[in-house]
Amino acid sequence: MREPSRVGLGIARSRESSRRRAWFASALSIVYMGLGQLYNGELAKGFLFALYHTVILTFAVPRLLRALEGLVTLGTMEGKDNSVFLLAQGLLGVIVGGSLLVFYVLGAVDAFVVARNKAAYQATRSSRAPARTFRAAASPYICLLPALILVALTVVFPLLFGMSLAFTSYDLYNSPPARLFQWVGLLNFKEIFQIKSWRGTFASVLNWTVVWAILSTFTCFAFGLLLAILLNNPKLRFRAVIRTILILPWAIPGFISTLMWGGLLNTSFGPVNLFLQRLGLQAIPWFQEVFWSRVALVLVNLWLGFPFAMTFCTGLLQSIPEELYDAAEVDGATPWTRFAYITLPMILYAAAPILVMQFAGNFNSFGLIYLLTGGGPPVFGRRGAGGTDILISWIFKMTFDLFKYNYAAAVSVLIYIPIAIISIFNLRSTRAFREEGMMG
Amino acid sequence: MRRMKAVSPLGLGFTYVFLLSVVAAVVFPILWILACSFRSGSSLYSPTLIPRQVTVENYVNLFTNPRFPFPHWAWNSLKVCGASALGAVVITAFTGYAFSRFRFPGRRSGLMGLLVLQMFPGSMAMVAIYVLLNALNLLDTHLGLILVYTGGAIPFSMWLAKGYIDAIPRSLDEAALIDGANTWQVFWQIVMPLARPILAVIALLNFIGPFNDYLLARIVLTSDVNKTLAVGLRDFVTGQYDKNWTQFAAGSLLTSIPIMVLFLLLQKHFISGLVKGATKG
Repeated sequence: MREPSRVGLGIARSRESSRRRAWFASALSIVYMGLGQLYNGELAKGFLFALYHTVILTFAVPRLLRALEGLVTLGTMEGKDNSVFLLAQGLLGVIVGGSLLVFYVLGAVDAFVVARNKAAYQATRSSRAPARTFRAAASPYICLLPALILVALTVVFPLLFGMSLAFTSYDLYNSPPARLFQWVGLLNFKEIFQIKSWRGTFASVLNWTVVWAILSTFTCFAFGLLLAILLNNPKLRFRAVIRTILILPWAIPGFISTLMWGGLLNTSFGPVNLFLQRLGLQAIPWFQEVFWSRVALVLVNLWLGFPFAMTFCTGLLQSIPEELYDAAEVDGATPWTRFAYITLPMILYAAAPILVMQFAGNFNSFGLIYLLTGGGPPVFGRRGAGGTDILISWIFKMTFDLFKYNYAAAVSVLIYIPIAIISIFNLRSTRAFREEGMMG
Repeated sequence: MRRMKAVSPLGLGFTYVFLLSVVAAVVFPILWILACSFRSGSSLYSPTLIPRQVTVENYVNLFTNPRFPFPHWAWNSLKVCGASALGAVVITAFTGYAFSRFRFPGRRSGLMGLLVLQMFPGSMAMVAIYVLLNALNLLDTHLGLILVYTGGAIPFSMWLAKGYIDAIPRSLDEAALIDGANTWQVFWQIVMPLARPILAVIALLNFIGPFNDYLLARIVLTSDVNKTLAVGLRDFVTGQYDKNWTQFAAGSLLTSIPIMVLFLLLQKHFISGLVKGATKG
């Protein structure tokens, strides 16, 4: 009876002391990186960390502080300071400083973990164990490092920069290097919603963007599904040939098809209008009237996009279990009810994530709109936006034609919000889909 | 499919008529551009589909006319897209492997972060990309464009790679580790050979994506010799070279044919992958 209790007491005591040691090690690491590791007896690692800390303190920290100061002021001397660079440096400073901070904390965590593990390993006297755990713990981060740096630089930084511009006065008249721009808070958003011409433009462009995203996603999917069902009929001959031909628009580079359709639909000389006239019909003003420009966009998008939907739906149709149709037939279901209660729900269920992704893609389909209509035809009284401009192409025009960088950024921020909502929704639906596993 | 038994001969007839008209709508534009490329003159207008005088002048011009450096554009596209595809494959192989095989602090938030970032199109950050490349002196260089394409490809491609590597049994890794292999050997000799199909898909996607991109290429590349095909070919029909439609048609065909061949050869692989991804989750 006495033996176990003494052992128990010993374990409790050693656990308490090892915890105290672990906290002490991490505290030392916070004071100066590497001290905690030295305390743990990891000499090489400790000196390496200490050297790293010294280098950071002497070289990086002063620069980071200067970058942060620039981020706050955005420059004070007109003609000498460049607000754009100060903003960019400041944001990079935030990203770099943040990762240095993470590393700093990780150093302390490492000191803590090693100190605790060491107490546990002391019984076995294995001195190699801590080093090995360190290497094992570091390898995923080493694998991720190139991706992390590239994503931070080319994805995260531009997004942060774009968002920041929305809260500045950066436009044609406050343009570095000659002039400076300042932080203006929510002024740009206020102006977009308060100045009538901007509000009107924003409302009509947003309206068309939503209509466009819905129409383009729906038409492609519905047409693709129809073709998939028709081509699924085994009595039909030449199915493989027809499928291959119908897939061609998907195979041609999108920008080429778009430019080609610009010629085909040309109002005066395009073959489509010539054909209509030969049939005795009126030529259609494809790119001169807003309505017809929109029709042209939807049709061309359909031409470009239906092959994907068709192929996708064909695959899904073939994965629907045959028994469902057999059972329905026994119950006396008509072809229509079989379609409406078996085919459509099964396909919609499986295609939902793809449809949401396509919707998000169409919401920002810059290439098609810019290359086919250029956003035109012009509409009187609009701030830079034509009749078919969607938000993304309007942003492009605000940036490169009107030089209203601040408003362009503010509108971008306004797009981020629905995109974030869509992405969260999509995330949820795919996960629910995965967990339920309806399709086996 | 069984339920199609009920289709009547009349219905079948309608199906043929409908499908034929769709086939015509798909084929006609392609034939038109083919005919256009063999026509003399430069105008869009033609009274007949088949040109009265067939000429290969437009094709010869592409390679000999110094006013539009078409061979340069083709080479630029090949270079930029090839490098972006290679970069994406190498980086996402490591990233996908790390996310699939290791459990480490920050893994979940990293995965979530990439999933959310994937929803933001690169085009929304265009001003910042312009400023960034300008500051790094990479404006009007292909390196700048490649970096942006590769970085932008990572979030989505990483998810593809991770999903595929997840499906490779871990018992293979463990067996190799027991035999004394290290992590690097497991990655390079066990996982990577098995992940080859998804790496091919990632390479293809990240070749075609930049190839079709107009926006970023247009912002980053300014000088004529540096342009990619997407930027260069558009100049034919927007007036920089006097709206030369026949020239555009010839250039477009030469550009499309390799891509179409590549696509038609590989379509079976990635279509089945796509459908499997949707039905299996």
